Amino acid sequence: MNEIYNDPIGHWIVVVVAIALLLFVVLTATAYTVWFERVALGRIQRRPGPNRVGPFGLLQLAADGVKLAFKESFVPANTDKILFVLAPTIAVAAAFLSWAVIPIGLWYNVQYWIADLNIGILLIFAFSSLNVYAIVLGGYASNNKYSMLGGLRSAAQLISYEMALGLSLVPTFMIVGSLRLRDIAEYSVHWGFYNGPIPLILLTPLGFVIYVIAATAETNRAPFDLPEAEQELIGGFLTEYSGLKFVMYYLAEYVNMITVSALAALLFFGGWYLWFVPPVLAFFIKVVLFLFLYIWLRGTFPRLRYDTLMRLGWKVLLPLAIVNVIVTGVILVATQG
Amino acid sequence: MPDDVDNQPEHPTPLRRPGERVPPKPEGEKPSVMGDVAALAGGLKTTLSEFFKPVVTTEYPEDKTVRAERYRGRHYLRRYDNGLERCIGCELCAAACPVGCILVIAAENTEEKRVSPGERYAKTYEINMLRCIFCGYCEDACPVQAIVLGPEYELSDTSREKFIFTKEKLLEPLPPDVEARLKADTASAPHPSPLPEEERGTTPHPSPLPKGERGTTPHPSPLPEGERGTTPHPSPLPEGERENNS
Repeated sequence: MNEIYNDPIGHWIVVVVAIALLLFVVLTATAYTVWFERVALGRIQRRPGPNRVGPFGLLQLAADGVKLAFKESFVPANTDKILFVLAPTIAVAAAFLSWAVIPIGLWYNVQYWIADLNIGILLIFAFSSLNVYAIVLGGYASNNKYSMLGGLRSAAQLISYEMALGLSLVPTFMIVGSLRLRDIAEYSVHWGFYNGPIPLILLTPLGFVIYVIAATAETNRAPFDLPEAEQELIGGFLTEYSGLKFVMYYLAEYVNMITVSALAALLFFGGWYLWFVPPVLAFFIKVVLFLFLYIWLRGTFPRLRYDTLMRLGWKVLLPLAIVNVIVTGVILVATQG
Repeated sequence: MPDDVDNQPEHPTPLRRPGERVPPKPEGEKPSVMGDVAALAGGLKTTLSEFFKPVVTTEYPEDKTVRAERYRGRHYLRRYDNGLERCIGCELCAAACPVGCILVIAAENTEEKRVSPGERYAKTYEINMLRCIFCGYCEDACPVQAIVLGPEYELSDTSREKFIFTKEKLLEPLPPDVEARLKADTASAPHPSPLPEEERGTTPHPSPLPKGERGTTPHPSPLPEGERGTTPHPSPLPEGERENNS
């Protein structure tokens, strides 16, 4: 395998194949995340969820996709047409780009990832910040007051929670000493007779809690789905979008959801390590559990009011994250000299 | 946080005027982070326990809920056990109908063609189901309990015309024994009426129930096929036997 990687042409072939595969996998995963969410939400509300199209409703997403794809590609009057089309494209591109650096697993010397950057996590943060542009530009270009309000809310929310999100992970980087996602996932300790990988949640539990809350807000998921807010903003920035452009936003939202779940698995739960479970499967299980956590949150909590959202972000999560960084630093210095 | 209704003050605090401060929380209910987190966890616990409970949805086209015994669904025109129609064409149902969706055109029964035991029968009986409000007044008005509202409620269709339910559609099928006899009859000598000639004159009218009894009768819903079979009325019978039977 390593020979192929070292050969320049072979390397590119591998990368292109991997990209195609990853696109396929992530798209499929997105479709089934939507299915999973609808079924799980249904179960929480004691409904069966989609169960008409295909066995267990598994083909529901295909039906929805076809229906959305054949809808009229509608652009409202007096909108900024270029931005209107560009915004959802940014959302999708940013969502998929993150997967370039997410390591899925290492199995029989085959690396299940595309790029092994030494600043992988920074790249993911950069791409997730692009999501702000998608939402703000979409809201602005729609020439609709609800969209505009949704976009503005989103800008404020994403910027606020990005701080907490970034800071919540700093202790992890301090402990591991690397920004490479593979290093973080493979982080192992030598504690007496135990010698092996360890889920980092044991070392930074507070960081994990902050991460989960901030990541929910970053992906605009309930209970932080203020930019959409069907009830108050009739869909926020999504109001004027339909057909394939709507699909793009929708896709981006779910890809982002999978991305933050994958990141949580990598950063706090040892990535693809899980006793004897095959690596890729272990990763998959962890991601699914995190997805369930997000769905569970959505099925439980009502949406935050705007001021409580801001208060939580700035007055609770951010100070907590800073304290977490300081305390971790002090402990690290004390234990490692 | 105890949500004890009994401990609530008898007079709730009046609404605050603008500028008035928020009243402090009652003693023992100090805001606490742990209490809030516990409340959140309680919510999560509730939803998770719901997740593992069985689904309560009735998946309609496959599963159906049980109809009440006297459910007022679509109408049926009933027959007597000997195959004669109950309807005597009196048009009381049409008169009682608050939306006027029933059309009855009566015709005289003749010796050759006896359709109902009375003097007249309904030549045309139509119900506009788009207008019907399923109030059941027609059922109440009917002196011979010819029209009843049955348990069937799946009435959707694709055109307005199909909602004019004609007599053919409303009428119960012939009881199986009568139908079998009729078939045998028509095979030997075709008769225009369901009854053999010699018996027609002598048959007493299977008259409507007396007034007192009518109220106590259970809902005269069209009997299911099986039940009808278990109470065989060898009809129509000669006079003497008939008395014993009824």
